[in-house]
Amino acid sequence: MALEERDPITGYMTTGHEWNGIKELNTPVPRIVYVFLILNTTIGLIYWLLMPALPLGTTYTKGLLGYDERAAVHRDLTSAAAARAPWHDALDRQDFSALAADDKAMKDIREAGRLLFGQNCAACHGVEAKGNAGFPNLAAGALNWGDSPEAIQETIRVGVNSAHPDTRTAQMPAFGQDGILSRNDVMAVISYVHDLSISGITASGLAHPDGAKVFSAQCSACHGADARGNSDLGAPNLTDTTWLYGGDLATIFETVWYGRQGRMPTWESRLGARNVKLLAAYIADLRKRRP
Amino acid sequence: MISNLTTGERRGALLILLVMTLVGLFFAAAGRGDPIAVHGALIMVAAIALAFPIMARLYDPEPPAERFDTYYDDPSKVGIILTFVWAAFAMFVGDWVAWLLVEPTWTTSGAWSSFGRIRPVHTTGVIFGFGGNGLIATSFYVMQRTSRVRLPDQLSPWFVLIGYNLFCVLAVTGYMLGITQSKEYAEPEWYADLWLVIVWVVYFILYMRTLARREEPHIYVANWYYMAFILVVAMLHIVNNLAVPVSFLSAKSFSLFSGVQDALTEWWYGHNAVAFFLTAGFLGMMYYYLPIRAGRPIFSYRMSIISFWGITFMYMWVGSHHLHHTALPQWVQTLGMTFSLVLIVPSWASAANALLTLNGAWHKVRDDATLRFMMIAAVFYGLTTFEGSFMAIRSVNALSHYTDWTVGHVHAGALGWVAMITFGALYASIPWLWKRERMYSPALVEVHFWLALSGTAIYVFALWNAGIIQGLMWRTYTENGNLAYTFLDSVVAMRPYYIARAIGGLLFLLGALAGCLNLYLTIRYAAPATDTASLKPLRDELNDAATLPAE
Ligand code: HEC
Ligand code: HEC
Ligand code: HEM
Repeated sequence: MALEERDPITGYMTTGHEWNGIKELNTPVPRIVYVFLILNTTIGLIYWLLMPALPLGTTYTKGLLGYDERAAVHRDLTSAAAARAPWHDALDRQDFSALAADDKAMKDIREAGRLLFGQNCAACHGVEAKGNAGFPNLAAGALNWGDSPEAIQETIRVGVNSAHPDTRTAQMPAFGQDGILSRNDVMAVISYVHDLSISGITASGLAHPDGAKVFSAQCSACHGADARGNSDLGAPNLTDTTWLYGGDLATIFETVWYGRQGRMPTWESRLGARNVKLLAAYIADLRKRRP
Repeated sequence: MISNLTTGERRGALLILLVMTLVGLFFAAAGRGDPIAVHGALIMVAAIALAFPIMARLYDPEPPAERFDTYYDDPSKVGIILTFVWAAFAMFVGDWVAWLLVEPTWTTSGAWSSFGRIRPVHTTGVIFGFGGNGLIATSFYVMQRTSRVRLPDQLSPWFVLIGYNLFCVLAVTGYMLGITQSKEYAEPEWYADLWLVIVWVVYFILYMRTLARREEPHIYVANWYYMAFILVVAMLHIVNNLAVPVSFLSAKSFSLFSGVQDALTEWWYGHNAVAFFLTAGFLGMMYYYLPIRAGRPIFSYRMSIISFWGITFMYMWVGSHHLHHTALPQWVQTLGMTFSLVLIVPSWASAANALLTLNGAWHKVRDDATLRFMMIAAVFYGLTTFEGSFMAIRSVNALSHYTDWTVGHVHAGALGWVAMITFGALYASIPWLWKRERMYSPALVEVHFWLALSGTAIYVFALWNAGIIQGLMWRTYTENGNLAYTFLDSVVAMRPYYIARAIGGLLFLLGALAGCLNLYLTIRYAAPATDTASLKPLRDELNDAATLPAE
């Protein structure tokens, strides 16, 4: 057991203990430690006085400031709503064509729409609404469920193949998998469909007479005899260059063999009627600016 | 190594392994169809693999009685090797995860390698695998030296070390199989948790037995911290993991807590894991290795006392600062915040105590990378605790919460403090344990130091920036009361910072790999210690040999 000794460098005494060569100095705790201990404790105690702090059985001390988080959030929400009231009002009052003519309203719609779209829709449709395979381009090209702002509004409201009671229903049957068509018929009709948008309906019909026959028997009910689609059924126009899933032979084969039932969520309950309308106006505006 | 065990200990080990084999077999056979069967098989195979070498030496002669004249260091040596293995593995996974945030496609199509599964592999691997093994290995070393007594037996340290590593392996393989109870830092399921309880109780008893036999009149500070670490982690682990298994043959269980009670229990656990695993244990490490390496007395015994009790008392209350502005009642948040504010004082007192201990040894800090690791660790400890107390203020937390600032804070603590003090302690212990003059390559230690420091700095600065930018983007409004940025805008803005972070992580990983190489070279090729008197602990060991009572 070593005895207490003076450390030549700091001038303090050791405690006289030693462990495996380690000694400790008996240096008093520097005053600054106590200062901060008292200071921080005091700040803490004052905060306890001012704010909700201590449990009292079924309730708690409310604090002298009477601050309540729930009330504060309500206040913030109310004032935010007040700030938006003017342009919300313009949005609610006017129909789509009036809105399109109202520059001030459109400016607000572009700002708010970009945000709403970015938070809710971009994950599937892309930040610029240009779509991804299986998720339609909304910014340009034909829309399967109709191009009018009203039609777009309805699609957003109820969704496609969604849980909404009024949902739009897109059913492209699985012609191969379910045995509706033979493999040969499927091969014939996909060649026909593939060439529709390239060489036009007449030329494609001449090149693939069997395919054209299958098409008018099986497909025209939904896609139309002219293959220009039917927006009531969400059946795409097959003669244009806009594709939801893809216009190459392999993808068309997959579509026709296994069928397609794209799913678009319903937004009515999540976003509310006003925001749905806002998004429809935003998309219609996007399409106008980027035809 | 095995012939150093007594015949009784070898038999005991075989018995334990037999029981484990049977338990593993039971789960593997009866749990078929459930992921628990995979773990049953893993336990069985591990137990059988360990049994072979023991059976081969079952009838070796008893170890010589001279063993009582020395400390029992075999488990510490294996523990140090395991620490490096976990460091290499878990930091590699960490950097992989970091690159995945830059380029999400850089993974396989297997579910095991999806971000959500390998992220906890990283966190568990570094905290429990790397940190935990470092703590166990050094605690065995330190408790013997500072108590001047050999471990009371040779079986329980192995049980603790190997049992603990089995827990870690069950944890990380479990995540990759999809087994998790989804509580951060407490992901392993009920059977792994129960196993850890057994291991931990043995660890606690081992520590108490060693201290009870000590030849020193007083208990050194390092031991208080190690004891606090062991005791409190046991308590946290048991309470937070209270759960009911779906069936005894299913890996799935449901927590006893739900809703906001669950959240509070989880963060009471989570923050005290920070406090008692990532702080108290490593403070124990620091209080032993830093003064001994610097050759200086601890600056103030009194300051170590008030810091110890300040830290142990106050940390218990602060968990709710992880739940600011949530459904948790505000008064609970107030308590978490105010206790965090006071907590800065004992935390800084500890950091100051370490740095002031270096008075008169700064020339050594300049020349010795090992001591410099420890010095920088103390600096980062001070920095992290200051930052933590700052972030615990509700209005600051409103900005920092959910952002990468938190991750930056974590890594100032994890890389700057926990890993640096561990590497310092390991580089100090390795030559002492393997009786070498020094590490094979001091230059490589120097390289490791600079890689670690630059990696940490890049990492932490990148994520401070990232977090603050994120926080600001999420709360910026336009005049019309619309948010100015979408969440995706903030994701896009993170890209350069995520790249910087992944590079910082890579540097840190390279440093750890340099450490692994140096460890290997030291064990294989370094010159044996000739002048034992120059190595303080060794000299004491020789002195001790004369005074140590034969048992
Ligand atoms: C019951 C109505 C219906 C019938 C019959 C039908 N379709 Fe469709 N088809 C759809 C609908 C609806 C979609 C859009 C699917 C979606 O939105 O997920 C579609 C989509 C497609 C597409 C994908 C277009 C793109 O943009 O990627 C192709 C190609 C197609 N149909 C070809 C055919 C062919 C060929 C036949 C006849 C063999 C056929 N369809 C018969 C309703 C029908
Ligand atoms: C989960 C992915 C997903 C999200 C999120 C999503 N959509 Fe869609 N959306 C789809 C899919 C898939 C379709 C195509 C449905 C079909 O097969 O006809 C679609 C179709 C549409 C259409 C009709 C396109 C047409 O050709 O007529 C509109 C308009 C639309 N989405 C708008 C939105 C808006 C606005 C939002 C955000 C509020 C949104 N979507 C969010 C997946 C999504
Ligand atoms: C005075 C000491 C400390 C205080 C008051 C403190 C406080 C905090 C706060 C406020 C958060 C953010 C919570 C949130 O917003 O989600 C946090 C997160 C964290 N801190 Fe600290 N900290 C301290 C020291 C440390 C140290 C030394 C480490 C060591 C590594 C550490 C590791 C962590 C970790 C891992 C998290 C992340 C938790 C998560 O996953 O969300 N902290 N800390």
